[in-house]
Amino acid sequence: MSSHADSAAAPAILSEVKPAVLPRATLVEHDRSFGWITDKICGIIEGKTPTWWWICFALACFVASWTVAGITYLVATGVGVWGHANPVNWAWDIVNFVFWIGIGHAGTLISAILCLLRQKWRTSINRAAEAMTIFAVVCAAIFPVFHVGRVWFAWYLFPIPNANYIWQNFRSPLEWDVFAVSTYGTVSVLFWYVGLIPDLAILRDRFYKTGNKVRSWLYGLFAMGWRGANRHWSNYEMAYLVLAGISTPLVLSVHTIVSFDFAVSLLPGWHTTIFPPYFVAGAIFSGFGMVLTLMLPLRAIFKLEDLITQYHIDCMCKITLATGTIVGYAYGMEFFIAWYGANPYEGFAFINRAFGHYAWAYWWMIGCNVITPQFFWFKAVRNNTMFVWILSIFVNVGMWFERFVIIVTSLARDFLPSSWGYYSPSIVEIFTFFGTFGVFSVLFLLFIRFLPIMPMAEIKAVTPQADPHAGHGHH
Amino acid sequence: MAAPSHGVIATFDTASDIYEAAKKVRDAGFKFWDCITPCPVHGLDGAMGVRRSKVPRFSLIGGILGFTTGMSLIFFTGAVDYQLIVGGKPLFSPMFAFPVSYELTILLTAFFTIGGMFILNGLPMHYHPVLKAPHIHQGLDDKFLIVIESRDPKYDAAATKSLLESIGGKDITEIEA
Repeated sequence: MSSHADSAAAPAILSEVKPAVLPRATLVEHDRSFGWITDKICGIIEGKTPTWWWICFALACFVASWTVAGITYLVATGVGVWGHANPVNWAWDIVNFVFWIGIGHAGTLISAILCLLRQKWRTSINRAAEAMTIFAVVCAAIFPVFHVGRVWFAWYLFPIPNANYIWQNFRSPLEWDVFAVSTYGTVSVLFWYVGLIPDLAILRDRFYKTGNKVRSWLYGLFAMGWRGANRHWSNYEMAYLVLAGISTPLVLSVHTIVSFDFAVSLLPGWHTTIFPPYFVAGAIFSGFGMVLTLMLPLRAIFKLEDLITQYHIDCMCKITLATGTIVGYAYGMEFFIAWYGANPYEGFAFINRAFGHYAWAYWWMIGCNVITPQFFWFKAVRNNTMFVWILSIFVNVGMWFERFVIIVTSLARDFLPSSWGYYSPSIVEIFTFFGTFGVFSVLFLLFIRFLPIMPMAEIKAVTPQADPHAGHGHH
Repeated sequence: MAAPSHGVIATFDTASDIYEAAKKVRDAGFKFWDCITPCPVHGLDGAMGVRRSKVPRFSLIGGILGFTTGMSLIFFTGAVDYQLIVGGKPLFSPMFAFPVSYELTILLTAFFTIGGMFILNGLPMHYHPVLKAPHIHQGLDDKFLIVIESRDPKYDAAATKSLLESIGGKDITEIEA
């Protein structure tokens, strides 16, 4: 009509993509309105602190104190209290580190990769999954930082000039790990925070209305003055898309680099090219296990069945099944290559894993990681929330055993029988590890109490009423 | 009401209402105006005549800077400042410098992207007249609002109000500056 219409630029990329014409499952059931979504999610924060929360919080603090005690004892005494000695000089520390980093991966996968793939079902689970990522990285970081022994020198890992004048060895995968994990932690926090901004603005306004000045001020401070203007949304969505685009290779690179810690060495059982993809698949597998473990109770406690629908659980189960099967394939392929590669040390390492002194750990791993996910082929299993929850815990246990098997069996039986040994963890190590579940729970409980556990704006965007062309086809 | 006016705000009930209304406000030739919505509305950028976001330009700068930082840091520390042969490997090779440079590319891209988004949006801005509007909280909750600012050359309090009314706006009020 006017010259303005001609100069109207193309809409942002997010709105250009045309969804395939396929029957889609409803992502928010019972046709809930925008107002209902806001009230439901904000209601969790605004309501009185439930008794169960205090009980869980006290319990989590108690368990977390084990890590504090373990670490205090370690710093006061020396890293020897972890019970690592020749030939197993790396054990639970690196097992726990890889385990926790792996847990974190589903969060970034949900927010980044599924965002790029236009998987709209990610919306109701991504906030909690990203929170899980950040808290898992915190738990993971404890182990490498404290295993250096004199923890007050941990900053030597970063390229900051120090008195010894020697720079870090950038040829070492352990140094790559420093950059990978710290970048991963930082980008995950940024991604999470950017996603929170519009929701914090809602909380700011709601607390302002109810007269709670302190909370309104605090949420307002972090909401950065967000006011939901469309010109803001336009830049915001583009920034979110770019973040998703760069986080996708980040997720894949972090666990690839973690696997280089092993693959770049020459030890039988570690020195394999399958490690990067196999570690990434395992990380996503364990991460989804943890997402299910956390989201199913949240869904039941806060009655979120309309937002985390059966379809969401189905999707998560299917991803767990797919990645679990990849992990199972990798176990088989490792064995095949050990035989086909005709390297006697490699062959021995694998036979020893399955039938040697650590066979118990190996078969735990196979049972939990290869057999457990196969139940998810059946719709009846996916529909049974309790059963899915129990299986998801087996997935977590299995993935911890996987890291244990890889690390400990290879070190305990390497080239020379004269240097063989058997490793068992010390009590300090055991308490430090189990305590990290408390650390994780403390952080997660604080999260569900004070921050919106679901991205309200994103959930609203996937409801039918957010589409201005509903029923009229695409413009 | 002697206080200077920031502009006029009107409420709309549905996404398609605001989509149609935005097209009419755009066609009326307004420049300083915006829609306030609880979530991004599909196609509203086009209806408003908003150009494609410039955030990716910031991202690109961040990415290039990150990669160069990584490569030059490792070259400087290993091949210039303190030459130390480790395991017979070369003093510098882009191969072993790649993982760190790659991570720094991602790190700086992330910072620049978010920084760019904040700069383009003019955030943080903890004080804004629109936030004083009586029903602004509905714009983040379940309603859709249009704000036309008084600094727009086409702005005329009475005429703008009647325009908003004619395109279906409700609760039309003036906001103090």
